Amino acid sequence: MAEYSVFSLVRNALTGHKNWQRAWRDPEPKPSYDVVIVGGGGHGLATAFYLAKVHGIRNVAVLEKGWLGGGNTGRNTTIVRSNYMLDDNSHFYEKSLQLWEQLSHELNFNVMFSQRGVLNLAHSDGQMDRFARRGNSMRLNGVDAELLDRNQVKKMVPHLDFSEEARFPIYGGLLQPRGGTARHDAVAWGLARGADRLGVDIIQNCEVTGFKRSGNRIEAVETSRGTIGCGKIGFAVAGNTGYLASRLGLKLPIESHVLQAFVSEPLKPFFDHVVTFGAEHFYLSQSDKGGLVFGGDLDMYNSYAQRGNLPTIDHVMRAGLAMVPSISRLRLLRHWGGVMDMSMDGSPIIGKSPIDNLYLNCGWCYGGFKATPGSGWVFAHTIAEDAPHPLNAGLRLDRFERGHLIDEEATGAVPGKH
Amino acid sequence: MLYIDCPYCGSRGHEEFTYIGDATKKRPDSAEKSDSAWFDYVYLRDNPRGPHLELWHHSLGCREVVKVLRNTLTHEILGAGRPGDEIAMPDAETER
Repeated sequence: MAEYSVFSLVRNALTGHKNWQRAWRDPEPKPSYDVVIVGGGGHGLATAFYLAKVHGIRNVAVLEKGWLGGGNTGRNTTIVRSNYMLDDNSHFYEKSLQLWEQLSHELNFNVMFSQRGVLNLAHSDGQMDRFARRGNSMRLNGVDAELLDRNQVKKMVPHLDFSEEARFPIYGGLLQPRGGTARHDAVAWGLARGADRLGVDIIQNCEVTGFKRSGNRIEAVETSRGTIGCGKIGFAVAGNTGYLASRLGLKLPIESHVLQAFVSEPLKPFFDHVVTFGAEHFYLSQSDKGGLVFGGDLDMYNSYAQRGNLPTIDHVMRAGLAMVPSISRLRLLRHWGGVMDMSMDGSPIIGKSPIDNLYLNCGWCYGGFKATPGSGWVFAHTIAEDAPHPLNAGLRLDRFERGHLIDEEATGAVPGKH
Repeated sequence: MLYIDCPYCGSRGHEEFTYIGDATKKRPDSAEKSDSAWFDYVYLRDNPRGPHLELWHHSLGCREVVKVLRNTLTHEILGAGRPGDEIAMPDAETER
């Protein structure tokens, strides 16, 4: 398939845009593949892309039960950052952010990565101390971080509530200037096109319904489009990991929960950064179309439903008004829910499983989107080499049993708290 | 809104409740020495797609703990009772 460039744009414009080729093929599944990736979201597609590009494994299928990017890749709030404190997370997410910085170029597809800065607000002296600690940890790990005082925050984001009446007065904030947003659909499309061009078969409307086992291996997957043999198999199915694992008799340290997100009617540009509220779970940015994109807490009960409930919507709006009072008359355009695989320490699980040729990529909690390229990078390595990459060595499944948790929020084994 | 039939207060909206989680996990005996039994209790979950037995705390009501059977795919509430009550699972036509 042709490269996209200014010349191809001009050529197609002059011919009435009738000669654009499809961005990826729509192949029939082959009887078997060296590697089968279950899940055609960002993580599964990135894994297939790096398997083909970095490891030379091109006999790969990505199986997607619906359409590309119809799961959490198209349901997140598009935020990208690497402002983590603990080493295992910090190095992994920083690698991911570095991959984001070159992703459009690498894919020959504009993912509209916008490094507009991610600012976390602090509302007490204790929170400022905590942010100073996290910022210092980030800088020691080579990640950019700046601690801002109240006046610096006010200059940067004047729309926040700096009034005397503010229920949660703003003391300052922690800024990661290299954080920002990306266009989430473009990420799925660009990775799909990139993987397809390297020979990966992307098979949509193909739901995995069961497995053929032989000893401690999976020989084949049963799907709505027939049985497909697999040398190795990787799960990148976000909130449905628990369901697929149950089909294999595996119990995981995961609960599936629903998280809602929202977009308002479009406005002219007025909110230039990604800002998170420190007093409640709320975060806000403005999309390139002008809509304010925001999210909040989980609905807090186990769910596979991809839809949430009204009390949570009410809660999120209240938090939003406390942070940015000027949006009080704004109307909500759309809201939706995605199913999160909440791990028991709030950090992801990428690595080998108790089954010989099965690899797991799950437990993303609220934060899978930002990890998309990094997740694919280390998961492809784990599958190709049958051993974790140094960047995901700590993110292994057995860390819970060994007591080596990566609990960024220090809240313990309660998924809703992460 | 989910409406939970509290055995003490009757049908109440779920915003009065605080979700606790999986009701099938049983704390091992305090003399239990094996790490795997504690690992299972603290971290592992069945996480079913379908009927799920769970505990809710009626924190803005009677402050009692209520056991609820709820479908995690449809959010339909299939039964509720006291923590010691047996709540019948529906016939298994829904997915596990």
